[in-house]
Amino acid sequence: MPSRTIIQTTSVVVVIALVAASLFVGGYNISLGNLFTDPAAAEMFLISRVPRTLALIFAALAMSISGVIMQLITQNRFVEPTTAGTSQWAGLGLLVMLIVFPEAPPMLRMVAATAFAFAGTAVFLAVLRRVAVRSSIIVPLVGIMLGAVVGAITTYLAGTFNLLQAMAAWRSGGFSGIVRGFYEPLWIVAIVAVVAFIVANRFTVVGLGRDLATNVGLNYDKVVLLGVTMVALSTGVSTVVVGFIPFLGLIVPNIVSMVRGDDMRSNLPWVAMIGVGLLLACDLIGRTIVAPMEIPASVVLGALGAAVFIVLVLKQRRTVSA
Amino acid sequence: MLETVAVASASRMKRLTPGMRLVIVGVLVAIAIACFLLLFIRGGFWFSFERRATMLGAMTIAAFTQGVGTVVFHTITNNRILTPSIMGFDSLYALMQTVTVFIFGGAVLAETEGLPKLITQTVLMVIFATLLYRWLFSGRFGSLYLLLLVGVVFGLAFDSVSVFLQRLLNPTDYDLLSTRLFGRMSNVDDSYLPLAFGVCLVVGAVLWARRYRLDALLLGRDTATAIGVRHKREMTLMLILIAVLVAFSTALVGPMTFYGFVVALLAYQAAGTHRHAFVMPMAFLLGLLTLVGGQFIMEHVFSASGFLTVIIEFAGGIIFLILLLRKGTL
Repeated sequence: MPSRTIIQTTSVVVVIALVAASLFVGGYNISLGNLFTDPAAAEMFLISRVPRTLALIFAALAMSISGVIMQLITQNRFVEPTTAGTSQWAGLGLLVMLIVFPEAPPMLRMVAATAFAFAGTAVFLAVLRRVAVRSSIIVPLVGIMLGAVVGAITTYLAGTFNLLQAMAAWRSGGFSGIVRGFYEPLWIVAIVAVVAFIVANRFTVVGLGRDLATNVGLNYDKVVLLGVTMVALSTGVSTVVVGFIPFLGLIVPNIVSMVRGDDMRSNLPWVAMIGVGLLLACDLIGRTIVAPMEIPASVVLGALGAAVFIVLVLKQRRTVSA
Repeated sequence: MLETVAVASASRMKRLTPGMRLVIVGVLVAIAIACFLLLFIRGGFWFSFERRATMLGAMTIAAFTQGVGTVVFHTITNNRILTPSIMGFDSLYALMQTVTVFIFGGAVLAETEGLPKLITQTVLMVIFATLLYRWLFSGRFGSLYLLLLVGVVFGLAFDSVSVFLQRLLNPTDYDLLSTRLFGRMSNVDDSYLPLAFGVCLVVGAVLWARRYRLDALLLGRDTATAIGVRHKREMTLMLILIAVLVAFSTALVGPMTFYGFVVALLAYQAAGTHRHAFVMPMAFLLGLLTLVGGQFIMEHVFSASGFLTVIIEFAGGIIFLILLLRKGTL
């Protein structure tokens, strides 16, 4: 087993390399050389590559930080926006907005998606409170099933209003359409990330459970409310801008915990970084494998994430039974 | 007043033999079918009749494949909450279709239209499903929840891989494929119907011949082995049959996650026995009653014919969650 320092140094280098690759890989030939000599290349760089890379970074931040927060609130390793139904609710919100107010500006769509994501997460938490057996396995199961029910409603509504194609495009969300002027709302996620760093310790305490948290003088409900708001906001915004990003919030915090243990405050930078690296890698795979066409990063992530999820679940079972 | 009637009918229900119950449900189904086929026809009779008959055919296939398939699935997995669809069987079917088109191309798909292609794909699906789900149900997962979770996530993974491969297809192949993957009750490809009926009849005959062995499987692996049932062989055979049923169900009417679950749940309540000789026909009849009666009511009372599957899925999903959350009912 290589030491922790080596793993961490390597991952920093890899993530930086991925950011660079994301900036310079693509149909239009841009290299460090012609970036400064060729104005067209520089223009292209600023219109497409930089926004796309930033969007990837912010979306990865949104999903992986949401994952950490939700895992602490529910005290369950397998919860994240897609396994709790939050993303599906955000999608329903987006669809409802498309139906009742098709001309809505992106800002309004985000408000709708965020509101639905918030309501959905609240429903999920309320259902969890009623679960008699808090088996760690049943929690994500309930979330996935809730998500499936919401997803069925969304599909049906979309079918009725001839919006299936719009929803399919959303579901397989992609970063290919991201250019200057589209990704800016994602800066909201950066603010959420900063807030997450500031209040990280409170979430760690919330992760110890309601009784203990209250005992050490924390307003448990208030912090949970803050957490749900942050999750809903980042899921809602990234849903509208880039679509559905499955499993990222699940894989990343778990991998980081395996290497570093469970302190949220000191883990958070690593969660953010590994999340960014993973999403960038998936996006690069999707960009290059069928060039000049693209496979959305979320599709790559969905297949990869499901495999990792199953391994994690089985691994946990082995440690529990051993 | 209403309560006494309800109590009286409940106590009468207890006295009814399973056979009588089947007859009652059968009569209800016949009435529903007659209403569905013959009432409220506007315009030309034959035009309407033909369209409705095709739809009835699709409903029959859906009711049989989902209802009976789920009951058998419950028996071999020894629980009453998993269904083939929840465990990702129909995602697997979609994946197999996609892989076939991906490897052989849409042209091959079109050339070998009909029997050979469907059989090849079903065989592929059967092999893969048998291997995968034998591994899943081999008992190494211990907890039912864990099994369910892994199955569900497998389903999600299959979906993602399908979408991934579909993105790599050229548009023509994709068109050919998508017509295969998104069947709907109201616009069924009627060239599939005779074959689907044939397959259902064969599968039904096999299951009927093995109804007592299925009863024995309900006793669990050890007891079933002790009384002379070759547990592993029976389980493999049943998984194969389920894979065939799901393949046809998905090909004809598209994926339905919670429908089989609801129908099986109702069938256990209504059959009044655990014997497969009664439970399987009951599941089929109740499935048919739900679809035909539901469609009739939705179409003519609420004039919202497209809503039926959604309502079934929605209600089924909610019931599923409630059952899942109630401890000890699994």
